[in-house]
This record gives sequence, structure tokens and C-alpha cells, in this order.
Amino acid sequence: MDFAFSEEQEMLRSQARSYLHDRFPEERVVELAGSEEGWDPASWREMAELGWLGLSAPEASGGAGMGFLEETVLFEELGWALFPGPYFSSVALALPALQNDPGEVERLVSGASTFTLAWAEPQGLVGLQDVTEAEGAGIGTVTKASPGGQGWTLDGQKVLVPDLASAERIVVLARGDQGPGLWVVERTAAVTRSHSTMDPTRRYGTLDLSGTPASLLVEPARTKEVMRQVRLRALAALSLEAVGVAQRALDISRAYVGERKQFGKPIGSYQAVSHQVADSYMGTELARSTAYRAAWCVAEDDAEAPVAAADAKARAGENAVAVCERAIQVLGGIGFTWEHILHRLYKRAQWIDSFEGFGATQRSVVASALLG
Amino acid sequence: MDFRDSPDEARFRQELRSWFEANVPEKADPQAGRLDESVAREWAKKLHEAGYAGLTWPKEYGGAGAPYTHQAIFLEESARAETPEHIGVIGLGMAGPTIIAHGTPAQKEHLKGILSGEEVWCQGFSEPGSGSDLASLRTRAEDAGDHYVVNGQKVWSSFAHIADYCILLVRTDPEAPKHKGITYLLADMRAPGVEVRPLRQITGDPEFNEIFFSDVEVPKEDVLGEVNGGWQVAMTTLLHERGTLGFALTARLEVLVKKLIALAKETRPDGVRPADDPLIRDQIVRQWSDLQALRFTNYRALTGLVKTGVPGPEGSVAKLHWSEANQRLGKLALQILGPWAQLDSEDGIWNGFWQYQQLRSRGNTIEAGTSEVLRNIISERVLGLPRSR
Repeated sequence: MDFAFSEEQEMLRSQARSYLHDRFPEERVVELAGSEEGWDPASWREMAELGWLGLSAPEASGGAGMGFLEETVLFEELGWALFPGPYFSSVALALPALQNDPGEVERLVSGASTFTLAWAEPQGLVGLQDVTEAEGAGIGTVTKASPGGQGWTLDGQKVLVPDLASAERIVVLARGDQGPGLWVVERTAAVTRSHSTMDPTRRYGTLDLSGTPASLLVEPARTKEVMRQVRLRALAALSLEAVGVAQRALDISRAYVGERKQFGKPIGSYQAVSHQVADSYMGTELARSTAYRAAWCVAEDDAEAPVAAADAKARAGENAVAVCERAIQVLGGIGFTWEHILHRLYKRAQWIDSFEGFGATQRSVVASALLG
Repeated sequence: MDFRDSPDEARFRQELRSWFEANVPEKADPQAGRLDESVAREWAKKLHEAGYAGLTWPKEYGGAGAPYTHQAIFLEESARAETPEHIGVIGLGMAGPTIIAHGTPAQKEHLKGILSGEEVWCQGFSEPGSGSDLASLRTRAEDAGDHYVVNGQKVWSSFAHIADYCILLVRTDPEAPKHKGITYLLADMRAPGVEVRPLRQITGDPEFNEIFFSDVEVPKEDVLGEVNGGWQVAMTTLLHERGTLGFALTARLEVLVKKLIALAKETRPDGVRPADDPLIRDQIVRQWSDLQALRFTNYRALTGLVKTGVPGPEGSVAKLHWSEANQRLGKLALQILGPWAQLDSEDGIWNGFWQYQQLRSRGNTIEAGTSEVLRNIISERVLGLPRSR
């Protein structure tokens, strides 16, 4: 029974903190969040050079041959720094589909391309859970894959695609005549629209496919398994990111209430204020424990992984939102301003909390396991 | 990071499971928490004979010298097996470790009796005027040459009505600053002048007691540690508990969550099966999630303890979180009982088990550190915020 990260994992964490502190301090994140592009593409090559894009990719493809646990260290630190860029979309969502295609893996690991995954459709099946339930993957998937020309073409529409505007290559869940599979398209070959999203650092988009050329990545026989992995990785990754976001908001709260004076004393000496910060600490530590354990379960493909990941995502998402709300409260007026970073952390927390249906949806997954 | 047991841990766990299967007595009364003295004494004896009392105590004092992880496993498996209460919890968990740390060779003679359960201990810390502000205690010990004469009153003492000894905090120097005038005594509860009165609580039963000391003579050999150095000794008592307290609390909560799920799966007299109600399902999962979060936070703190010898700061949330989760659980249970929530004792579903749990849980956020004080401790000691007083 050992909860500690390894020395290598802790070194990765230090490296991440160092890089993010230097390249993505608060002012830069605020600036990028307000920009048109929403992120700095130059950071992708930098992250490739640091080896972060291929942590769990096989060494034969230029990856580090490590695992999901190493990636979760990064998710937490990237969450704390509020890094704007398609790391989650590329590494948590798209990578499982790329694994067996050395060319695609190399594109990711080298930093040549950014990626995302498009699975949701306007007919109503928007959850990863929905599309992988019951008989198999791609339940209700209408987007069609047709053989033709040099490979395949795709027709249909995908909605709520995360980081669509910053993803150069998109993995698409579509239905061929053998069943649902996963294809990859170049964004420039399709029509995309990016939507105004509460968290502008992770905008959703709509993808319109019309005879769009595509390459097959994952054939129907393996699609259900890949989508299962995607869902578990996504939930665990977001749990860790949420812990990072919550910790940042907690650090901001703690620093502020220790300094800010009213009525002659630091406001942190008033229990109505300090007790809120204590609750944020408690909530974040409970979320952290659950998230780390879920990450381990997913990395080991433990039988408990689906329940652990659902539980962690529900708790960590809700906690991050609560910590940010208390932070805005204890910072008073200043926490409510556009210029302060807090609202951006808050909106990331809300993005995470709303992914895959908020906490209640994840708890209903756990309920089925506990209560039948 | 690895959540699997090591081979040694797995072996110990399996050994425990087998032993519990063979030795845990059948529960005559499903209402957990009400002390059955004879069952508790018998259980203490059995555990001692099997070598499970004082697992982490050094071997020289009759313990097993086992690592903290074994104590954690013991508490987990005890919960799963729903073992009876142990008559010597205060001796094993509080008095014993404090005597090991500070005791004279003569005082260490108590350790044998603590381990076997033959010597029952109670705690004499809180007073009517000194709860959260324990250091303000006023029970007075006057120096009378080779002994002290103790006068005062202690409150909220469990097991006092059957205890042989008491870990007793008294004021020996009223002129000194409050933390510096306290002495820690190992007091004989059978001495003349000691009177125990039960304290009836909202559950109806007298789990706790008041202890009145009227000119009680306590020999100076029974001073533990330094005279007027009792506060530091008391801190040892409280700190030692914190190492594995979280596991004991998790164990209790695990038993209750399991029972809660079993209750929800039963069909009520009105034909309703609460486990089918989406709102109840969501609440049950929240309870289970609270249990998991407590469990894994304890493991994290334990990893810190094993690596550094000091429990991790995350352990400070264990009691606070557990107490509030336990209260939520009690209320949820009554919601699940629905129209029958008010009927208790033999007229109630499960013979009033849940009504007892729910009422008893209101004390959880008060005893062993109020939630208000615990939040102060987190704010001040863990987060470094300025003191509120």
C-alpha cells in the first residue's frame, strides 16, 4: 500500500512546474485566454522537446514508453497553471486511437500536429458513456464512413468537439458498413466552427464532414475497447486537472486572506473567512486522494477503474467549482473582476464539471455498480 | 504508487480474516455502539491471546512491534468482520502509548494489564468549564508531601463506570500560565473519594460519565512525566491517536455504508424499494464516495507516516470529514425509512438501529475536537493563516 509517486514522477512534476512557471505565468495565461487564437502554438514544440507529448507512447514511435500515471502528473500541473492548449484533447482523448499507427504517433510525439477527438452527434448521443454503452461502440453514430478514392470519406456532423480550432488532425467516430470505427481527418479538409465557450481556453466546436478524406485508424472489432479507454482516460485526466485548478484557487485564497487587512487585522484571522479556506483545503485533499487512486486504477486497467474514474471525476469537478466559488467570495470585490485570474480558473472548473454530464451522471454510473 | 498489498501485508490480512471468521461472536443485539461489557471483555481477552492487542507496541512491552500498515489492515478487517467493541480502547490507544513514551519502570507494569484487557482505563480530560479550551481545566491537585489531594470534576468520560484507572489531567500550579501548570496522573479509580455518575445523552443511554473527585489521594509515583509538564504528555496521547485514527473511523463508516446499502435494497412495508429511487441512489453514492475519499486520504497520510515518521497533514481532515459524513449518513438512513423513520426500538425497522445511529452522530462533530476547532487547526497549523484568538 504505497500512495507515493516515484522519484522519476516527482522529477517530471518539478520539471513541469519549472517550465510552466517560466513560460506560462499568470499574466501570460490571462493574455492568451483573451486572445483570438486562445493559446500559443509554439508551446507545442516545446512540450514535444520536453517529451511530454509521448509519455505513454511506445519507445519505437519516439515516445517515452512510460504510462498514464506520468501523464496524470502533467494533467495536475497543467491544471494548476491553467495551461491553454490541446494537451487534454491530444493526449487523453485522441492518443488511444493513434496508438497502432506509428505515423500518427510520431506526428503527436514530435509536436508536428495537435489532435482532438470528435464523437458526439446532434441527434442526442453526446456522452462518451452513451456512445460506448450496451451492445457496443458508436451507438447512434450516424456519421458515415464510405470507402473511396485513396482511402475513405466521411459525411456527417460532429458537435461539442473540444479544442477543435487548435487541433490540426481530428479523430472521428464514424460508422462504416462493418460497424463503428475511428478515422482521422485533417481539419483543413473539413468545415469547422468554433463556439463561444464559457472557458475560452478550451473552446468547443462543430465539425461538418462532406466527402472529407479520412484514414482508418481503428477498425470496428477494436473500437469499443479504444472508446472505453478514451472514456477512462478522459475522466481520470480531468479529475487530476481539477485537483490542480482547485489547488491554484486555494493557494490564491490562502495568500490573499493572510495579507488583506480589514478592521485592523488580516481577514484570514476571522473564522467566517478562514473556515471557508479550511473547507477548500479539506475538499481538495479528499479529491486529490480519490483522483490519484483513480489514475492508478486506469493506468493498471484495474477492475475498479470505471467506478473509481467516475467517482473521482464527480468529486474533483464539483470540488474545483466549490473552491473557486469560495475563493471569489473570500477575495471579495477583487475576486469578481475580469482582470483577476480567478474567474478563468472558475470557468475551467465549470468546463471540467460539465464534461460527461456533471457529477450526477457519474454518480449514476457508480449507483449501478453499487445498487444494481 | 501501488494499491495492492505487499506479500507481507497480504499474508497478514489473510491470517486476520481467517482468525476473525473463526472467532467473531454472533451478534446478539444488532444495535452497534451500545457497550455490552461482558462481550467487550471477552473480545479483549481473545484478541490478546491471539497476539493482536498492541500490534504496534514495541515487543519489549508485550506488543508485536508491527508496522503501522499492519494496524491499518487490522482496523480494516475488524470493520469488515464487524468485530465487537474492545473494552480496552482507551488503554490500548491512549494510556498505553503515553506510558511507553513517558513512564517509569513501575508505571510500565500497567502495560501487561492494558494489553490483556484486565485493566480498564478511562480518560479524565474535559470538564464542564473546559471543553475546547482544555488547558483552562481546574481540577485541582494540592501537594501533600508524598501524594496529591485531588478535587474537581471531569466529564464526558466513557468506560469510567467500570474503569480501574484514569489518565487524569489536573492543575498543580494555579499561578503558572495555564499550559504550564498541568500534571498528568495515572489515577486509581477505586480510591476513596472517586464517584462516577452516568451522563445520559440524547440517544437515551449513558455512554459517558461524570467523575467527581473529593479529596482523592493520588501517590506521587502516579505522576506521568514531569510535574507541571502534563500538557506535553497529553499532546503525546493525542498525537499518537492521530496516526491511525483515520483507519478506525473509516472502518466504522464502512460498516455503516454497507448496512445502509442493505437497508435501501429492502422493500419497505409500503412496497417502496428505496434503492430504486434516483434521488436516494445519488445520495447513497455520495456516502460511498465520502467513505472512499476518507479511506484513500488515510492511505496517503499513512504513506507519509511510514516514510517520515510523522503523519501527513492531509490526515488532519480525517476526523472532520468523517464526522460530517457520518451525520449525513444517519439522516439519509431515516429518509430511506420514510414514514417509519420515527418508530424506534423494537417497534422500529431494524429494532431502532438507525434512529440510534442518527442521534448518536450529532455528537461526532463535538467529541474529540469540535468541527470549529478542527477548522481552526487546519487554518492555522496546516495553512498558516493568522490565529483567530
